[in-house]
Amino acid sequence: MADSGPPIWQVMQSKGYSRREFMHFCSFAAAAAGIHASGLLSVVHAFEKKPRPPVIWLHFQECTCCSESFIRSSHPIVADVLLDTLSLDYTETLQAAAGHQAEKCLQDTIKNYPGQYILLVEGSVPTKDGGVYCMIGGRTAEDILQEAAKSAASVIAWGSCASNGCIQSASPNPTSATPIHKLLSRTVINVPGCPPIADVMTGVVTHLLVFGRAPELDSQGRPREFYSRRVHDTCYRRPYYDAGLFVESWDDESARKGYCLYKMGCRGPVTYNACGVTKWNNGVSYPIQSGHGCIGCSENGFWDNGPFYQHLASFPGFGIESTADTIGTALGLTALGGVALHAITTNIRKRKVIQELKDDSLSPEKTAEGGDN
Amino acid sequence: MARVVVDPITRIEGHLRIEAVIENGKITDAFSSGTMVRGFEKILKGRDPRDAWAFTERACGVCTTVHALASVRTVEDALKVSVPKNAELIRNLMFCTQMVQDHVVHFYHLHALDWVDIVSALSAKPEETSKIAQTISSWPRSSPAYFSDLQKRLKGFVDTGQLGIFANGYWGHAAYKLPPEVNLLAVAHYLEALEWQKEIVKIHAIFGGKNPHPNYLVGGVPCSINIDEVNAINTERLNQVGQLIRDAITFVEQVYIPDLMAIAGFYKDWAAIGGGLQNYLCYGDLPTRGYNEPDSFKFQRGAILNRNLNEVFEVNGRDNEEIKEYIAHSWYSYAGGDQKGLHPWAGETEFNFTGPKPPFEQLNVEGKYSWVKTPRWKDHPMEVGPLARMLVAFAKGNTEVKDVVTEALQKLNVPITALFSTLGRTAARGLETRLVVHWMKGFYDELLDNIKAGDVRTFTREKWDPSTWPDVCEGVGLSEAPRGALAHWIRIKDKKIDNYQLVVPSTWNASPRDANGQRSAYEESLIGTPVANPEQPVEILRTIHSFDPCLACAVHLYDPDGKHIHQVQFY
Repeated sequence: MADSGPPIWQVMQSKGYSRREFMHFCSFAAAAAGIHASGLLSVVHAFEKKPRPPVIWLHFQECTCCSESFIRSSHPIVADVLLDTLSLDYTETLQAAAGHQAEKCLQDTIKNYPGQYILLVEGSVPTKDGGVYCMIGGRTAEDILQEAAKSAASVIAWGSCASNGCIQSASPNPTSATPIHKLLSRTVINVPGCPPIADVMTGVVTHLLVFGRAPELDSQGRPREFYSRRVHDTCYRRPYYDAGLFVESWDDESARKGYCLYKMGCRGPVTYNACGVTKWNNGVSYPIQSGHGCIGCSENGFWDNGPFYQHLASFPGFGIESTADTIGTALGLTALGGVALHAITTNIRKRKVIQELKDDSLSPEKTAEGGDN
Repeated sequence: MARVVVDPITRIEGHLRIEAVIENGKITDAFSSGTMVRGFEKILKGRDPRDAWAFTERACGVCTTVHALASVRTVEDALKVSVPKNAELIRNLMFCTQMVQDHVVHFYHLHALDWVDIVSALSAKPEETSKIAQTISSWPRSSPAYFSDLQKRLKGFVDTGQLGIFANGYWGHAAYKLPPEVNLLAVAHYLEALEWQKEIVKIHAIFGGKNPHPNYLVGGVPCSINIDEVNAINTERLNQVGQLIRDAITFVEQVYIPDLMAIAGFYKDWAAIGGGLQNYLCYGDLPTRGYNEPDSFKFQRGAILNRNLNEVFEVNGRDNEEIKEYIAHSWYSYAGGDQKGLHPWAGETEFNFTGPKPPFEQLNVEGKYSWVKTPRWKDHPMEVGPLARMLVAFAKGNTEVKDVVTEALQKLNVPITALFSTLGRTAARGLETRLVVHWMKGFYDELLDNIKAGDVRTFTREKWDPSTWPDVCEGVGLSEAPRGALAHWIRIKDKKIDNYQLVVPSTWNASPRDANGQRSAYEESLIGTPVANPEQPVEILRTIHSFDPCLACAVHLYDPDGKHIHQVQFY
């Protein structure tokens, strides 16, 4: 994002000026601006302070679970984010102002901080029938999105709704719910999940602010920092999968021992997310740890990936393991036989993933520098 | 005469627009419009009924879990499954967690800024705030230094000139009545509540894997109990739940309730404003002997008409004549004409947007003007929510409810009729939180007792396999979301969802008027409300926020592609 620059006092300090010289500079500046001596302190203050990056948070077709998740952040806690880190100028969920005063907050930020504000979008945009399926202040969601995105420094799509359309875009997508990257001709940082993990959300924002640049993104626009590992590969129950120890029925003896949920429909093998590592609600748990399979809520089109409790052979991208499963079903192999095949093929799959990651990191500039391959 | 448009109504869930007509400083007419629709009931058709909880849970992330609960109940009702005792208790714990967290967040983060002037807190004397805090509560974070530090932090924040979420509020409006010292106290607790609310939801993470949107399961709960295993609900997990409940009781008793009573004391005039409808509906919830025994529910079921607390009517979700939905003023069309009402079993919906082309200034309120449908109970408009729950229980003679309500009325020195108001609605929410947080402890103790007695079952297996299901079956799942009466209806045919219908709390409260011109709760509650300055209609926000609007849920779409039961019969 564009940097609004360090405060004057910080710059002067770094160049070796004393506090006394800084105050002298301030009084000159105040005099030049026609400010009376009694207003000097406010000038000093203005030069001392660094503006918090302005943020606009738009809400379209969504359920507000992303906002709710955001306020669950434990590091940093959200009160500190709101008071010290950001200036959250527009968010329908939390802001004091309503109606045209709220709209003014939006307009002021767009006008006063062009190229400087971060745009966070929660929800998809319905494009059918002129956009009448989501209107705010008498305007369509797309109208508002385009205006706000035009001069934003960075655009982040919160959650699966904004990243991939989520539930309202599931078949038959009655309102033509559209993820925002399909409507904007600029880079969008996709942070999918229904919702995303709180600390991943604050992590992505602070990555922008602390390191002064967007996190490295994968081909789907997701930060690698949080979306480069399959839940399956980071799952603490993975050893049971490799050992062929599975839950066969809810609350059976294997469930009570916490074995692998693969046969109960777990989507961990096809889902890229940080759940197994970062976990939820300050590391308390994640779906698999609490006994339910992953439903793959951060993946494109996850609602249409078959019934959640049916272990399907044809997951997109499941590759060689799905073949193993198909063989298992077709030949009527015993569960044990299927498991043995999984145990073998999973290692092949792991190698394949590692190779994919290697290929993926051969980005043009790295290649130009000689690369790291 | 002035027409005031408030769009967006902020500090709510979803997209709500209010248009109000003001004459001589008072509201004489009002129109409530839901301006977003997603249509996922249509998306549910043809899917596995056991998946419906995950889909419907996404109706709302603020009242997360409530649709999942209503959904698993609906499917279990259709399949005639009873869940084990432990599953009932764990579901109750998750229900209570949600209600307590949601009500606290509503009070401090969605509603408080209608009553609390942040800017005024800057001129408070911290030592006075400390005295007030120590007078009303034993909550330990109450020293003069604590409030002084907070005030300095707030001042530093305001001095940056970037007010963030607090920008452009109605600060300084004459309707704000709290002394600066109480405003400072409220700001402190706004921040503390923000920090605390993320703790209690860990109970959802323990039993359901995450929050928002924890996991549910038709036939029970997905977590297993094993006190000899680290990979299941064990002593450590249960201890954590117990600690979170104890902390929640402390927070509600020492922060939320004292703040509510202190603030209410300055706004007693609002006990005569915003009453609105005179009818109240409650489906009841928190079963203690199974879903099919509503008499065992902690929240009781019933309806009250004309504020007559001497009579409580029975409510039946299966009766075709009781609950019906109208679309006279909603952007849908019915095959049999837009003036009639349809029971959810026979419901139908077809998009029919007839509003002005965006961008627009005003809605055409003579015609259709909302994406929310209009439900009626025996053709009566009904208010649902915490006030309805407290009134139904009070009228049924529930002593626990009578005790907390009476104590609060005495403390504020107001008559029982004060409940029928904006202030009454806000107070009822706090009072039920107080009950629920203690009920939680009871459910938790019972769970421990049950495990101690050797019962660790959390799931009923007999109807999990679709081959055990009848060809066609129907179910109703009644529940109480934080915002009020919530129900799902399902029809299962050939192992798939043939038809799914939700009628949710904000559909009752936020809907446009019906075919007979009767207003629903939001609209009716605004009539007669004084508005001092139409440019800064804080009064509208106070009353609308007292309902805790949740519009993503309210907006309703159902369309079985022309294969409704109704249409089959009709043609």
